[in-house]
Amino acid sequence: MKWLLLLAMLPLAAAAQEVRPSRDFLSPALRAQQEDPSRHPGWLWVDEGEALWRRGEPSCRSCHGDIAGMRGVATRYPAVAADGALLNLEARIERCRVENQRAAPFGPESEALLALTAAVARRSRGMPMSVPVDGPAAAFLEEGRAFYEARQGQLNLSCGQCHDQNAGRNLRGDVISNGLGTGYPAYRLEWNGMGSLHRRLRACSLGVRATQFPLGAREYLTLELYLAHRARGMPVEAPGLRR
Amino acid sequence: MRWALALFLATPALAGVAPFLVTGDAIETPLAASPGDAARGAAIVRNRETANCLICHAIPDARERFMGDVGPSLAGVGSRLTPGQIRLRVVDPTRLNPEAVMPAYHRVEGLTRVDARHQGRPVLTAMEIEDVVAYLAGLKE
Ligand code: HEC
Ligand code: HEC
Ligand code: HEC
Repeated sequence: MKWLLLLAMLPLAAAAQEVRPSRDFLSPALRAQQEDPSRHPGWLWVDEGEALWRRGEPSCRSCHGDIAGMRGVATRYPAVAADGALLNLEARIERCRVENQRAAPFGPESEALLALTAAVARRSRGMPMSVPVDGPAAAFLEEGRAFYEARQGQLNLSCGQCHDQNAGRNLRGDVISNGLGTGYPAYRLEWNGMGSLHRRLRACSLGVRATQFPLGAREYLTLELYLAHRARGMPVEAPGLRR
Repeated sequence: MRWALALFLATPALAGVAPFLVTGDAIETPLAASPGDAARGAAIVRNRETANCLICHAIPDARERFMGDVGPSLAGVGSRLTPGQIRLRVVDPTRLNPEAVMPAYHRVEGLTRVDARHQGRPVLTAMEIEDVVAYLAGLKE
């Protein structure tokens, strides 16, 4: 009987696997540098983003006030907009850029969009992720979960086989983290610049020789929602610093 | 008739996967006609563009830095496993354990969302598998 009970609890135990903040997997040196704006090159993008916030007609500030008011926003993204579309922070900003600022979109992975996203996200730095996954978000979440759990690519690996089963182990020179999006956009030394979460996801797809989806693709957006849900309670680290 | 025969022979080559027979936890018969070469196998195991085994495994070579530890060290694998057992583990470890993390290096069936550049081709050819088996079988300690 006790044995049966234990057996019944097994799947639960597996699902409740512990997820740790991304910074816990960084080398001590990189971790210290991530926490120190004076030594973190990502802060150049934050500064640029704050300048952009005040620029344009109408400016972001003219509607939203000081950027300090963006506190906590990044903990709730990706989110479903009034029209039913799933928007990550980048897409939400692009929407304001086009529909409210009435200007040409910045474009995916543009320095301006990365800068504004970093500037907005950093206002949530240290705050716990708490993305809503009920109502219209529920179906998107399941789509993201299915993608996360599916083996894929010529190397036939699921995200979880690396980021759950093997977190903390070494993959060549990398320590495998829990694969959260909380540090993005991040300054990556290998990129020699700032990059989005979707750019990082394309690298993981390439790593297992799977189809790489375009930045902003539905597959990566729903995956981003699932990663945000996995990261529930974990601190926002953006802008992150990565090797 | 000659044409039909050629087509028949060409089919496995097109798919790129040599036919093989699993007995117990091994593939006893080599996949290629000529014997594997351990030196070539050593190069394949280190190759970052193809096999890339060292992202997950260590080999007994002090010059190699940053080897992975997702899989067990391959030091002494030639004493632990027979060549046939090694062959199956490199060809397709999911035949032993459906949950295996170790990728199948000689398989094209049943894969999802494979990058177009790699579609329909296994990671390693039959000859490369034999080279890798020859190298690993020689790692006695
Ligand atoms: C003309 C007014 C206007 C301008 C200009 C504007 N926004 Fe917005 N923004 C809005 C409105 C209204 C919403 C809320 C939309 C909704 O909830 O459907 C919003 C929402 C947002 C959100 C999501 C906030 C949340 O709590 O979910 C972000 C982030 C944002 N805007 C950033 C920007 C940035 C960056 C710019 C400049 C590039 C900008 N906005 C320019 C009106 C504006
Ligand atoms: C073969 C192993 C492997 C697979 C499979 C894999 N990743 Fe990764 N991933 C890595 C490694 C190694 C890194 C870099 C170290 C780190 O941050 O975890 C990484 C980084 C990441 C990061 C950035 C984390 C950070 O804080 O910088 C995210 C997010 C991520 N992966 C998500 C995914 C998702 C989602 C999938 C499936 C679509 C996936 N990964 C598949 C190995 C893998
Ligand atoms: C993504 C990680 C990964 C890669 C890449 C990888 N392996 Fe493995 N390997 C493993 C794991 C994990 C195991 C243990 C069995 C399992 O869970 O899949 C393993 C097991 C093995 C074994 C059995 C070892 C024993 O002692 O039982 C051999 C042999 C082996 N791998 C050889 C290779 C070779 C050769 C390559 C490259 C052609 C390779 N592996 C690439 C992860 C990997």
